[in-house]
Amino acid sequence: MGRTLAEKVWDDHVVRRAEGEPDLLYIDLHLLHEVTSPQAFDGLRLAGRTVRRTDLTIATEDHNTPTLDIDKPIADPVSRVQLETLRRNAEEFGVRIHSLGDIEQGVVHVVGPQLGLTQPGTTVVCGDSHTSTHGAFGALAFGIGTSQVEHVLATQTLPLAPFRTMAITVEGELPEGVTAKDLILAIITKIGTGGGQGYVLEYRGSAIRSLSMEARMTVCNMSIEAGARAGMIAPDRTTFDYLQGRPHAPQGEDWDAAVAYWETLATDEDAVFDHEIFIDAAELTPFVTWGTNPGQGAPLGADVPDPASFEDPQERIAAENALKYMGLTAGTPLREVKVDAVFVGSCTNGRIEDLRAAAAIVEGRTIAEGVRMLVVPGSVRVALQAVEEGLDKVFTAAGAEWRHAGCSMCLGMNPDQLAPGERCASTSNRNFEGRQGKGGRTHLVSPQVAAATALLGRLAAPADLSSNVAVEA
Amino acid sequence: MEKFTTHTGRAVPLRRSNVDTDQIIPAHWLKKVTRTGFEDGLFEAWRKDEDFVLNRPERAGATVLVAGPEFGTGSSREHAVWALQNYGFQTVLSSRFADIFRGNSLKNGLLTVVLPQETVERLWALTEADPTAEITVDLEAREVRAEGVRAPFELDDNVRWRLLNGLDDISITLQNEDAISAFEATRPAFKPRTLPAA
Ligand code: SF4
Repeated sequence: MGRTLAEKVWDDHVVRRAEGEPDLLYIDLHLLHEVTSPQAFDGLRLAGRTVRRTDLTIATEDHNTPTLDIDKPIADPVSRVQLETLRRNAEEFGVRIHSLGDIEQGVVHVVGPQLGLTQPGTTVVCGDSHTSTHGAFGALAFGIGTSQVEHVLATQTLPLAPFRTMAITVEGELPEGVTAKDLILAIITKIGTGGGQGYVLEYRGSAIRSLSMEARMTVCNMSIEAGARAGMIAPDRTTFDYLQGRPHAPQGEDWDAAVAYWETLATDEDAVFDHEIFIDAAELTPFVTWGTNPGQGAPLGADVPDPASFEDPQERIAAENALKYMGLTAGTPLREVKVDAVFVGSCTNGRIEDLRAAAAIVEGRTIAEGVRMLVVPGSVRVALQAVEEGLDKVFTAAGAEWRHAGCSMCLGMNPDQLAPGERCASTSNRNFEGRQGKGGRTHLVSPQVAAATALLGRLAAPADLSSNVAVEA
Repeated sequence: MEKFTTHTGRAVPLRRSNVDTDQIIPAHWLKKVTRTGFEDGLFEAWRKDEDFVLNRPERAGATVLVAGPEFGTGSSREHAVWALQNYGFQTVLSSRFADIFRGNSLKNGLLTVVLPQETVERLWALTEADPTAEITVDLEAREVRAEGVRAPFELDDNVRWRLLNGLDDISITLQNEDAISAFEATRPAFKPRTLPAA
């Protein structure tokens, strides 16, 4: 019987298989950042162990890094200690690190792909749940906990329980103005935040194939928000073209050998998935979340739902609590929900294509009065590219703040936070209570919706902008 | 990880049930970047009371915690195990542990022993009456002994073998060193590397 993409990658990494025991899997690439690695390194130190493969390991600083005054000492003591600890550990154990101020610094899931380290058919792990991002390349990529980080550092392997496979097939063409973010938000709303539990998702179909690599990363990034272990997309020409010429992409003969291998990875025609879901791309519209988990979403054209409309009692209670926390009333058109802040960035939507899309909408216009818009590139490279294209100027001319690369307001570990009660349209991936700052209210949106929302001061799509919006605003 | 074969030590009787991980080690301790130094955070809130059993001078140096039922409930944090170990506890006895806590403890070499509540009560009575009374936890014989108490306990064979030999997850994996090296030898040259070839 044929095998799926995920099964092929898994099989190619089995170091040891024994009856009744989890497979021992080899890890091709281990990404580290400052939050989940300190105790892993300390564990190595206590046991007198070393990093087995420093040449398959790379660290970057992102979660805590400030996005302003990056040349000054970091004010928050906890952040400072975590960053200093990572630097010390990297030095002591011989791990490559990209610190604040380094040209390759940025959010770990933006950095791996842009360096060409994330490749099809590889296993990628990181002590961070959004490691699923790398699945866009046809890699089997998943988040791990701190003790597993230590395990991979010491052994370059992980014992792993088997997974089930789910195909999410999206056929057709995405309508004008509908993005990868809208697609993944709609998928999560459809299957629920637990719907992917125990599964590796494979996104397939013509709509997926026509997505750029950036857009594919946006989709795979949020697989974890559906509870899945990972999300993957079969590598194809788009993948190869993205990789070719990147600093760590194979070269010469190696490139040819690699492509020949990568081409064998796609799911076989006769492979069987444990579960399948079909989505018609043509039916999708811009999507936003109204609640406090990524599965509480609706088309932008809809109203805030009435909790009573949920049949499942758990969902009903969750919706009631969410509306209370979000300060929303059932029946209010989502388009009438006013915001205080807009955040464009994160490993979901902080890549160059995302910034271009947002810039194209705010260009020549002014953001609404009273709205604070933060644009935080996903990496220094993305920032430099944006500056070269003049996007930073476009944003600042519109009244937005152009910041330094990092996770920033995606999780508010650094000073970029919402005040209690503040409402934000955010291109990030989690709308949990307090995620962007204590008491902060998050609506997950695409970069395009974020930009239109900033201009109008309420949740909006680019299509809502009349030509004289600059005057109105 | 240290081997655990047999341990004899004085006890701390903790007459409380449903001790959750936040009581064992409060959340603000999670900011630390090491795996050691959690001893001062252990039961931090209760230790503000000088009569709390851990603060009693006669309990100094105790290594066996005799806890109430449902020990280690609440959010999963390995720090709770580290805090107990950093403080000096080698083993915890209770009639029921929360699953995640138990898994974490055994992985880290802290032997958690399940005993009938009635045995726990007798150990409490014994060690409260005589703080110098010692308890022996014999993993080889799977037995807890103290004056007037001889109680067998159960433990999964594999877990017991790992503790007796001081094997953590990493050492178990490293027993497959040959297989790992053999796999590495077959990895294609085109696989990515973060460092230039040495
Ligand atoms: S950008 Fe957000 S989701 Fe991504 S790694 Fe950083 S904190 Fe996590």
